[in-house]
Amino acid sequence: MEAEIKENLKYTKDHEWVEVVGDIVTIGITDYAQSSIGDLVYVELPEVGGSFDQGADLVIVESCKAASDVYAPISGEVVEVNNAVVESPGTVNTAPYADGWLVKVKAADVSQIDTLMNAAEYKEHAAE
Amino acid sequence: MQEIEERLLCEISRKGRRAIDLEPIDSNHNRLGVDERQSIGLPELSEPQVLRHFVRLSQQNYSIDANFYPLGSCTMKHNPRQNEKFSRFSGFLNLHPLQPVSTAQGALSLMYELKRWLSELTGLPGVSLNPAAGAHGELAGMMVIHKAHEMRGRQRKVVLVPDSAHGTNPATAAMCGYTIKTIPSTKQGLVDMDLFKASLNDDTAAFMLTNPSTCGIFDPKVKEIADLLHENGAYFYCDGANFNAIAGKIRPADFGVDVMHINLHKTFSTPHGGGGPGSGPIVVTAELDPYLPVPNVVKTGGAYQLVNEDEKSIGRLKSFQGHFGMFTRALSYMLGHGADGIRRASEDAVLSANYIRASLNDLYHEPFPGNCMHECLLNDRHQRDAGITTMDIAKTLIEHGFHPMTVFFPLVVKNAMLIEPTESEPKETLDDFIGAMRQIAEDVKLGDVEKLKKNPISTPRRRVDEVKAVRDLKVTW
Repeated sequence: MEAEIKENLKYTKDHEWVEVVGDIVTIGITDYAQSSIGDLVYVELPEVGGSFDQGADLVIVESCKAASDVYAPISGEVVEVNNAVVESPGTVNTAPYADGWLVKVKAADVSQIDTLMNAAEYKEHAAE
Repeated sequence: MQEIEERLLCEISRKGRRAIDLEPIDSNHNRLGVDERQSIGLPELSEPQVLRHFVRLSQQNYSIDANFYPLGSCTMKHNPRQNEKFSRFSGFLNLHPLQPVSTAQGALSLMYELKRWLSELTGLPGVSLNPAAGAHGELAGMMVIHKAHEMRGRQRKVVLVPDSAHGTNPATAAMCGYTIKTIPSTKQGLVDMDLFKASLNDDTAAFMLTNPSTCGIFDPKVKEIADLLHENGAYFYCDGANFNAIAGKIRPADFGVDVMHINLHKTFSTPHGGGGPGSGPIVVTAELDPYLPVPNVVKTGGAYQLVNEDEKSIGRLKSFQGHFGMFTRALSYMLGHGADGIRRASEDAVLSANYIRASLNDLYHEPFPGNCMHECLLNDRHQRDAGITTMDIAKTLIEHGFHPMTVFFPLVVKNAMLIEPTESEPKETLDDFIGAMRQIAEDVKLGDVEKLKKNPISTPRRRVDEVKAVRDLKVTW
């Protein structure tokens, strides 16, 4: 089954998605990422208030296959984390773009968004 | 096989049941100075109950002594019975680690001789036999590197690790206090030299490379990598898990390695995977030799001594001398093969892997086409559209009587199947395995998907719900 890619989101080459509202960006992993990793059994979220540079390790997701780092798509400060996915990591598998979101970050520099891929570019990247 | 639920010993315990053994000794005093002996609530059973419990469990096991075990990266080679004979010589078997050194000269000479062999095969003069297994060897090696930077007067911050590395590499570096920087692989499964160079600076403490890599490929740029590291004052740590592909062919020192661990339980045939403890000696350059852990065996005059303390050493990492029983077996393997035999074993391991690769690459996708070293890497790309994944192929192999290959590792390849036949297997076994793999691919083509998805069906346990096992972990009964 083809992985779902949402038109209105931005993407990284490491299969994170980003939704931008003002200077607040919501971050999750893509449908392609969740299906590649398999059923998640563990999610480790950062502390609210922590600052991260673009590309830094932000979240750890773990399945029976492997543990993977989720990298910060842009620099900023964590303003909210989705504790529900810690309780039930499977939500990331069932709803990666909705209830399975991971972290909300207040962007230090919103223009960094321009370094990310749009849906069409990501579709090509994921097909490689 | 009939599905039998083996009950726990605690469940079949009945008060007062016991077996007959030698009379307990009168004195309750032991070396730890503990005088009391109390009940610790062990289950109470008759001897046949205990015996049958463990025999039945052992019959549910799969072992290298039962059949082919092509678990990639693990090197499940045959454990020669000559090794077992030597290790059971009473002088080795009945040694006590606390007996006076003067009465253990034979054992110390064996350790000294093993060190010389490891040094000769790797070209690196410093050897420590202490580490308990591979990852412990990594820890020892990275602590030596950490110490060396400290002694130079400035600690560094970052350790570079390729994305194809064993997970223990970044974990070890992190335990030593370093930050990890991952170096992505190229499309050929090699170190991306541009990204490597861009990441290398005067904060780089070391690069941890497995060579040949976990993709079964010898990195042709390895000497250039070593030279760049040394120009930057960083060290080259080589994960020696795959030394069995090159032992006797090339010395790691000649491609610039500063520190390497060696898995005696892989390359040098000592039992593992439940059959025995591992053993992970490390070899280092002359520069790093003073920092090796203690104790260390030295020869002064005609006698062997144990050096238990050394000012520059990183200290003690393991009780006593390490896993001595493995030293006897590894040296037995080396002496049994000789230098030419070790070279031949490496060549045969590579030949076997390539035979499997060339016999399967028309039906299974080969992510990095071309000759491999001691293990061949395939994946499920040609089966995926039919709804069959690497996991289904692995589980179906069990029905064909084989232990599955390593699956989903290395992580750089989607749904990897890593097959390591080793040099132990005759061509007939390889052909049987190839036949099974081809049969599975044909069954997928014929659309026998539902059947494959149910496998294994003849084992005491069928598909286990691994996800539920982790999400709802229960560690009590």
